[in-house]
Amino acid sequence: MSATAVHSLWTMAGGVTSAAPVEKFKAPVIEYTQLAPVLIVIGVAVVGVLVEAFVPRRARYYTQVFLTVVALAAAFAAVVGLAAGGYGTTKAHIAAMGAVAIDGPTLFLQGTILLTSLVAVFTFAERRLDPAAHGNHVDSFAAQAASVPGSDSEKAAVKAGFTTTEVFPLVLFSVAGMLVFPAANDLLTLFVALEVFSLPLYLLCAVARRKRLMSQEAAVKYFLLGAFSSAFLLFGIALLYGYAGSVSYAAIADVVDGAVTKIDPALADTMGNDALLLIGGAMILTGLLFKVGAVPFHMWTPDVYQGAPTPVTGFMAAATKVAAFGALLRLLYVVLPGLAWDWRPVMWAVAIVTMLGGAIVAITQTDIKRLLAYSSIAHAGFILAGVIATTPDGISSVLFYLGAYSFVTVGAFAVVTLVRDAGGEATHLSKWAGLGRRSPLVAAVFAVFLLAFAGIPLTSGFSGKFAVFKAAADGGAGGLVVVGVISSAIAAFFYIRVIVLMFFSEPKADGPTVAVPSPLTMTTIAVGVAVTLVLGLAPQYFLDLASQAGVFVR
Amino acid sequence: MSFPLLTATAALPAIGAVATAAVPAARRTTAKWLALVFSLATLVLAGIALARFEPGGDRYQLTESHAWIKDFGVRYELGVDGIGVALMALTALLIPFVILAGWHDADPLETKSSRWRPTQGFFALILMVEAMVILSFEATDVFLFYILFEAMLIPMYFLIGGFGDRAHTGSDENAAAQRSYAAVKFLLYNLVGGLIMLAAVIGLYVVAGTFSLSEIAEARANGSLSMATGTERWLFLGFFFAFAVKAPLWPLHTWLPNAMGEATSPVAVLITAVVDKVGTFAMLRFCLQLFPEASKWATPVIIVLALISIVYGALLAVGQRDIKRLIAYASISHFGFIILGIFAMTSQGQSGATLYMVNHGISTAALMLVAGFLITRRGSRLIADYGGVQKVAPILAGTFLIGGLATLSLPGLAPFVSEFLVLVGAFSAYPAAGIIATTGIVLAALYVLVLYQRTMTGPVKAEVQGMADLKVRELAVVLPLIALLLFLGVYPKPLTEIVNPAVQHTMSDVQKKDPQPEVEAAK
Repeated sequence: MSATAVHSLWTMAGGVTSAAPVEKFKAPVIEYTQLAPVLIVIGVAVVGVLVEAFVPRRARYYTQVFLTVVALAAAFAAVVGLAAGGYGTTKAHIAAMGAVAIDGPTLFLQGTILLTSLVAVFTFAERRLDPAAHGNHVDSFAAQAASVPGSDSEKAAVKAGFTTTEVFPLVLFSVAGMLVFPAANDLLTLFVALEVFSLPLYLLCAVARRKRLMSQEAAVKYFLLGAFSSAFLLFGIALLYGYAGSVSYAAIADVVDGAVTKIDPALADTMGNDALLLIGGAMILTGLLFKVGAVPFHMWTPDVYQGAPTPVTGFMAAATKVAAFGALLRLLYVVLPGLAWDWRPVMWAVAIVTMLGGAIVAITQTDIKRLLAYSSIAHAGFILAGVIATTPDGISSVLFYLGAYSFVTVGAFAVVTLVRDAGGEATHLSKWAGLGRRSPLVAAVFAVFLLAFAGIPLTSGFSGKFAVFKAAADGGAGGLVVVGVISSAIAAFFYIRVIVLMFFSEPKADGPTVAVPSPLTMTTIAVGVAVTLVLGLAPQYFLDLASQAGVFVR
Repeated sequence: MSFPLLTATAALPAIGAVATAAVPAARRTTAKWLALVFSLATLVLAGIALARFEPGGDRYQLTESHAWIKDFGVRYELGVDGIGVALMALTALLIPFVILAGWHDADPLETKSSRWRPTQGFFALILMVEAMVILSFEATDVFLFYILFEAMLIPMYFLIGGFGDRAHTGSDENAAAQRSYAAVKFLLYNLVGGLIMLAAVIGLYVVAGTFSLSEIAEARANGSLSMATGTERWLFLGFFFAFAVKAPLWPLHTWLPNAMGEATSPVAVLITAVVDKVGTFAMLRFCLQLFPEASKWATPVIIVLALISIVYGALLAVGQRDIKRLIAYASISHFGFIILGIFAMTSQGQSGATLYMVNHGISTAALMLVAGFLITRRGSRLIADYGGVQKVAPILAGTFLIGGLATLSLPGLAPFVSEFLVLVGAFSAYPAAGIIATTGIVLAALYVLVLYQRTMTGPVKAEVQGMADLKVRELAVVLPLIALLLFLGVYPKPLTEIVNPAVQHTMSDVQKKDPQPEVEAAK
């Protein structure tokens, strides 16, 4: 390091200081309308917290449900308005002083996240499935999260008819983070968004009404591993900053491409050092792959999916995946395309082990929620195959897949909440035997979701799978397609095993009953089925939408 | 725009399936009649399509074409050539008999909950299979065909797994386990085949950029599409594997005896006479047309596999103790003949193979359905449990014999014509193959006649005593099929006239000419 470089760390040439007087400081330009979806959700979330403080306990549930639904619907309307205004295509640009990109992928993913959250929130609000406790309708959440399981205070809370209505603002905060995550255009925003959506999720996992210890265990696991992955992400961000001298995506991309003109004297030693780039990039990818649940960063998925209250699992499985893949796409396509030769082989390997690992381990599962967890891992692998394509088709196929997959997931977990016995939800597979005989409709609906997961033609799962495999084959990843097809075949085996169990096994005498839900859960399931079939039979409109949306702004 | 006849032919049974499924639980008989009426109406539409089809006209007729999924290059394109229209008509013809034969097969044993409606489900699923099979014979878009090829597995799977043969040995649970095993085996074999085909379908799109058969043919003709030899071979293998599982060809055949053994006889007919034909049809339609060079490259291996199928299937049929499994192995032998005819690459061979598909459908349906009536009466599938049936139920025994004779290709019955053509076609191209295949006929005589001898002749067994002869409903199933076998056996011209031009097209696709007799060649 030269003497002047060191010197410039704490001094500036005299002329510069005097040329920039303090009164010329410019206020940051924030495009509030373009951030409206996020702002609406955060604003209502804050109002939700106030509702918890000031609204009487009786009225809280209805107030919170109303506010949440209105917030999500309004935010979705705002997204549609922005898209109609051309912000997804011609007017796409970087907003909020470079922190957030408003472009096609952002709006498409925000719309998907908002719609799936809206549908998922209906299952949060469901109060008819659990038998009424002491004359009070109860939902899937603990009467009082703070009371120790099995303690007197818990019994008192149940008797008093408490409910954890805090889940609704928590969901909104989480959604707000997810909305920013795929839009983030610098690494710090990325990290903040990650924490904003993760922390409420850790809490939500812990508040199941039944099997509370399991739920709390899941939350702790999720939190510890999540914190671990956040640390990875943060460390990676620091290294990339050292490499590029900036946390902005565009600036980093320029340095990666070798187009850098000005070297920050403070970072003269580290800037442009490929070791920092590679290690930093790998660490950030690790953080993101953890969130999408790709092998080998998938260990949390089955435990958390199983332990969390089922409505939360559905929400988390669908919306988190959408947000995380959005961020992953932007990172790989905007920041690191110049590094494609380095990350593609790694991602190839990750995609292959994710597809095969998820599908193979799922075969041995005996719990329906764990089974769906491993299936979500396999699906993450399929989506990664589209990510690896590094073509415009790759972006649009991943967008389409995420939309298709999230509705199937929310619908499938909504069905899981219906099948119950005395201990709450009957998630062990043996209990599902003969369900098709007892409740043909519920079993048939679940079969539709399973067939969609398996990628059988005429369901959305097939359209999505075809889109990503086509993009991957076009992008020169024919080998991935073959592995994908093989793992689809393996995966089909366990989906079909569930169908066999439901339809061809004799029902057990002490088997579960199917609770009749309120219109809320029925809406969730109906929307899930409708989207699954529409995207299977006539996907063209949505493919068009995805391909129009498939251009990142830089 | 003209009336979309082909769409209507496929849509009618689909509508019928929905209508049948919607019939209330208590009105079982209404559901049955509804299904029958819809299947007959479909037969009428298929008949109209057959009548409107001009044998000497365009290659694909009655075409329809609509945009569907632009992004995948997929169009909803229909059209039939002679082969397609013949198989479509066969399907429409067989389904009413399948429904009639299965009239009581799905009656609930005891009244369970009011929402459990097995009868409605059974007939709705049969109609659903019919709709998908018919549409797959009409599809001229590879992707559309693929979707149907995969989707038809689902209703078939429920038919096999959900409605087993009541004449089983052992406990109820044991039977349920075997049935579920057969259904899963059926599904997994076919799904794996289908998924491998999916990889090839995607590969085809990457190479050709379209799924339309006509566009691909055009691009090939004007030279804008040329496939590297290696690519073409891989794609061919992907497609062929799926079709060989479906057909089924040795060594991918093992799901068929399980599925046919455990399913009810009408469903077994549906499998072997209707659904499996999609596999052999697709070999002609897609393998030869899309990948002519690779087809020629693979011919020697496929012919060997077909010969193994013929001989191995027949040998195992001789050794069976279970009537339905015997018929299943006989079918494997017959599918060997069909595939041999297709890949002999001679016009007699391919005409024969197409006729064989139709005739095998009719003759197997006749034999299997009569066998089903027999098995329902006695409650056992084992050959050893029968004896002397012809003294007790002469009409049943007689129709069984005719069905059996058709299966062994007795001259005068329809299958003789097709088997003869296949052998002539195979012999003129590969004499050794023709000779080996002939042993299949000898073995067929053995398994059919021994089956007849053991079950129908000899002293009347105690359990067979008092067995009722065929009833009116059962006669209505069997007699038309037998009449058709006789008619097409004596006068196959209407069928050959429709089929031959299509075969000529396929032959020109693979640029093969019939080998000339040596005497002429010497001149």
